[in-house]
Amino acid sequence: MTAHGLSPRQVVLALAAPVLGVLAWHLATHGQAYSLIPPPWDVAVQWWDLAFGGVWDDLYSETLLTHTFASLSRVYGGFALAALVALPMGMLIGRVAAVRDLLDPSLQILRPIPVTAWLPLAMIVFGIGPRSAFFLVFLGAFYPILLNTIFGVKNVEGRLFEAAAMLGVSPQAVFWKVVLPASLPSIFTGLRLGLGFAWVVIVVGEMTGVQTGLGAIIMEARQLSRTEIVISGMVTIGVLGFLSDRIVQLLGRRLLRWSPQHG
Amino acid sequence: MDDLAPRTETRPMTQLPILEVQGVTKRFAFGAEQITALSDASLRIGKGEFICLIGPSGCGKSTLLRMVAGFETATAGSLLMWGKPIAGPGPDRGMVFQDYGLFPWLTVAQNVGFGPAARGRPKAEVAATAKRFVDMVGLTRFADAYPHQLSGGMQQRVAIARVLANDAEVVLMDEPFGALDAMTRERLQEELLEVWARAKLTVLFVTHAIEEAIFLSDRIVVMSPGPGRIVADEQVMLPRPRDPTSPEFNALRRRFAAMLGGHH
Ligand SMILES: Nc1ncnc2c1ncn2[C@@H]1O[C@H](COP(=O)(O)OP(=O)(O)OP(=O)(O)O)[C@@H](O)[C@H]1O
Ligand SMILES: [Mg+2]
Repeated sequence: MTAHGLSPRQVVLALAAPVLGVLAWHLATHGQAYSLIPPPWDVAVQWWDLAFGGVWDDLYSETLLTHTFASLSRVYGGFALAALVALPMGMLIGRVAAVRDLLDPSLQILRPIPVTAWLPLAMIVFGIGPRSAFFLVFLGAFYPILLNTIFGVKNVEGRLFEAAAMLGVSPQAVFWKVVLPASLPSIFTGLRLGLGFAWVVIVVGEMTGVQTGLGAIIMEARQLSRTEIVISGMVTIGVLGFLSDRIVQLLGRRLLRWSPQHG
Repeated sequence: MDDLAPRTETRPMTQLPILEVQGVTKRFAFGAEQITALSDASLRIGKGEFICLIGPSGCGKSTLLRMVAGFETATAGSLLMWGKPIAGPGPDRGMVFQDYGLFPWLTVAQNVGFGPAARGRPKAEVAATAKRFVDMVGLTRFADAYPHQLSGGMQQRVAIARVLANDAEVVLMDEPFGALDAMTRERLQEELLEVWARAKLTVLFVTHAIEEAIFLSDRIVVMSPGPGRIVADEQVMLPRPRDPTSPEFNALRRRFAAMLGGHH
């Protein structure tokens, strides 16, 4: 793979599957009188109306930006809060035995509980509304960041501590000079996974009865049998999640140029 | 801070040894048992000496070196530097590891400047020092490369430059050239001797190779296993530069091979 952009062959191959998929979708649904799934062209028109209006001019026209912005702010807000808590906590658990003994057992028990299982409790505690969605996104992003941070700071090669000590690094400075840079690739992997999970969880989170957000219109449209809107919302989430991961990946390439796995 | 002052010897004529190993024993817990890695080892090393430790696998060479570095503590006996007990690792004793131990997130120049930077030297001074030692080991073109972009021999040169740039008085080397091809090894040996003479270093060098020990050292310390101990400590009187094909060199080679008793 080249550092800048993709080769033509890669572009062709990457586009082949979606193009074939849409084609199959079209053939299966086009011209059918009673299809439950709308054909791709209808979805495209609906998406255009959601984004720019001018086609149906109904309640949903031109609302995509509002919903997207609502979801984005929850995804990045929940993710940022998760990082803010999970990064220092992971570093402490990974490097301080007392903190590890205190927190690790409890976290291991909480970890297998799926985010969706927290939904009812979140609604009871935070009420029906954006705060529940925010909390679920936070939870979804929290564990990947925490676990990868713990792994990173715990698995610093012992030799590097010796090298730093014989070069005159004081014990207080070892964390900043050795532990942190050495664990950056793991921490970065955690952040990337965490952001991915935040996107996965956002739809569930917005099913808690919020008014805006891509998850909210997907649920609402389903009840109104506006399947074109459901699919438009899905496609939008997919594209946004993909773009957001790409940005993080580019950032990682710059920051982790030194790492054979990332650079 | 007198770090910048030239290193002039102001010690009395009854010269203290730079390093002193006095009756050092090291035991490791090995499950329920104890392994004696080193038994009652004693060694006096003068400033500027180039000493090779040689002996079969498991005789405690690395253990002794790691105790001098301060990474391990002695079970019995004492280790002194300039007469003071060695309490832990310090920048006066630089170690060149067999597996290099470079910081993968730093460039060649940053690795070499790591010690001075960690000890708070001004940025410009750090950069100048790093450049000088990167140039010295012939890696000028690779100053901005990361370790994973270098060959093993190049990484080993960075490891050596890193210790020299930190102004270490004693350089500890644990089979530093073991993994290199013969040609690279010979070139690095010659470079090392040149730096040693120029910077008046004291070098403690572990090797398996008799020839390497004879080529490099003022003194060869022979060790034997089970438990690890020092069995011989001999001066190498050959004039430098040494010719490995000369009859004198060969005679020494046979002598040490016999001492190591069929291990070579
Ligand atoms: N951390 C440790 N824990 C337990 N035993 C150890 C440890 N380090 C070394 N030993 C034991 O001490 C003995 C001497 O080991 P050492 O590494 O000093 O040998 P060496 O002379 O350097 O051998 P080699 O030439 O193979 O590197 C060995 O029996 C080894 O098993
Ligand atoms: Mg060894």
